[in-house]
Amino acid sequence: MTKKLEFDKPINELEDKVKELQEFAQEKNIDLSDEIKVLEQRLHRFKKETYENLTPWQKSQVARYLERPTTLDYIKYIFTDFVELHGDRLYGDDMAIVGGLAYLEGQPVTVVGHQKGKEVKENVSRNFGMPHPEGYRKALRLMRQAEKFNRPVICFVDTPGAFPGIGAEERGQGEAIARNLMELFCLKIPVIVVVCGEGGSGGALALAVGDRICMLEHAIYSVISPEGCASIIWKDSNRAVEAASALKLTAQDLLNFGVIDEIISEPLGGAHRDPEAMACKIRDKIIKNLKQLKTMSQEELVKFRHKKFRKIGMFTEDIAEN
Amino acid sequence: MFKDFFRKTKYAILDTPENVERKEPEAFTKCDECGNTVYYKDSDKNFKVCTRCGYHMKLTADERLSIILDEESFLEYDTDLETLDILEFPQYQEKIKETQELTGLKEAVVTGEGKIEGIPSVICVMDQRFISASMGSVVGEKITRAIEKAIEKKLPVVIFSASGGARMQEGILSLMQMAKTSAAVGRLNKAGLLYISVLTNPTTGGVTASFASLGDIIIAEPGALICFAGPRVIEQTIRQNLPPGFQRAEFLLKHGLLDLIVVRKDLRQTIAKLLAFHKGV
Repeated sequence: MTKKLEFDKPINELEDKVKELQEFAQEKNIDLSDEIKVLEQRLHRFKKETYENLTPWQKSQVARYLERPTTLDYIKYIFTDFVELHGDRLYGDDMAIVGGLAYLEGQPVTVVGHQKGKEVKENVSRNFGMPHPEGYRKALRLMRQAEKFNRPVICFVDTPGAFPGIGAEERGQGEAIARNLMELFCLKIPVIVVVCGEGGSGGALALAVGDRICMLEHAIYSVISPEGCASIIWKDSNRAVEAASALKLTAQDLLNFGVIDEIISEPLGGAHRDPEAMACKIRDKIIKNLKQLKTMSQEELVKFRHKKFRKIGMFTEDIAEN
Repeated sequence: MFKDFFRKTKYAILDTPENVERKEPEAFTKCDECGNTVYYKDSDKNFKVCTRCGYHMKLTADERLSIILDEESFLEYDTDLETLDILEFPQYQEKIKETQELTGLKEAVVTGEGKIEGIPSVICVMDQRFISASMGSVVGEKITRAIEKAIEKKLPVVIFSASGGARMQEGILSLMQMAKTSAAVGRLNKAGLLYISVLTNPTTGGVTASFASLGDIIIAEPGALICFAGPRVIEQTIRQNLPPGFQRAEFLLKHGLLDLIVVRKDLRQTIAKLLAFHKGV
């Protein structure tokens, strides 16, 4: 059993109650539909009130929630005939990043994404979705392959960050991320990014340079984790709640900054309540965006991607003196 | 004779003690590495390198420019860019103001063009006195513009990195500067121009994971800490002590992540030599 989200508990209790009542009605063959309806309405209201007013810290918890759908869940619902491809051809196969070939509406695409585990054992093998350099190099290899065969790339972003460890540093974690950033700008194929869970710093960005950046309603994307930020600025990781607000890491904030292009709304009560419905919405957005991007030539695409990121940044400049 | 003697005693009265006292705090510094007392007059001759252990002390952007560039050859770019506290991050604005007053700098990087042994180049130098030379919107923009200027003028680029990483206080916009600067290096590559990246102590986080690692030639100063994740973060994560020398320039060279380690006194000549190979490209 995964640990439930604290603010989700009243909803969970009500969900259980509805279920209980439904089972009871069925068992005893009595009509409780009015009572059930009342409870369901209350449940709906509860979910709406809670999920429409999530604080940035609560969103961070939703984004990291163990039951939240992962890249492989989405792949299962969105694409067909997925064939996972492994390895960076240089060192190893990093299970914190998955990638491979699949069809989207009959069209071949390359899919790459961070992969977290569903339970402890899988999370250990997937290193909690924190890649080593070989993960980023595998992703780049698959994207270059996509370019060779002129098929679009879809990236799913969901990581606490690149792994901070001895091996990762020895093998050039910084270089691996930097190279991905630079090379992704040069790909002559459409790249669509979906930030579906946790967008943790450079480790997330290394898969998040694209022509369209979509973000799930309750996903987060930040330069540093709220805990990391609190411990550096206030020397107190317990102030993560405060840091989560200060960092402006929600999808709504990022849309305001022009860092992402669109928000994909989640099923009521979060993606974890209905992964298939969530996947369906993502699928629609990917298809819509791909159609738009296909009208652009290769050169236009590359230029467009450069321009898109070139303009990000906020500063003042005294033009008069220049 | 009597008169002469009188005069001599008069000359012996010196008003120096006062002067000496005033100069004393600035006359020497302690080496961060070995604790050795290093006199500025010695260390300046030695480019701020400890005379005992060879430790390369941190340089300000001005000091760096003066030891690398030909005299009076520097033309600074984009002097007026200043940060906007778009997140309204707690205490950020005060910190910026304070740092600006303390250092006389507007931001953490100085960019421009100058000559290195007669060879014109675009040069960027990060200055750690400015919030650990962390990269926010202004640093990202200035580096990007400098690279674009190099493309326009067909000049090589030399960047001296030193940074605590992306600047937290500007949130996601800081993170995006990693992408922006890396894209600029990509365009420089396409234009066939040389980029020499010089990593100085310490170069970390988002700067290591973007333009600093993308040089055609990557040089480091001896002993420089160069990493993506800092040693303390790694220790906390893996709960082990790190091996000695971990993430230092020599360690990176051994692991194939650098081209060269060059001592400071030879840096100018080495860069000039490397630039000369690419003259007229």
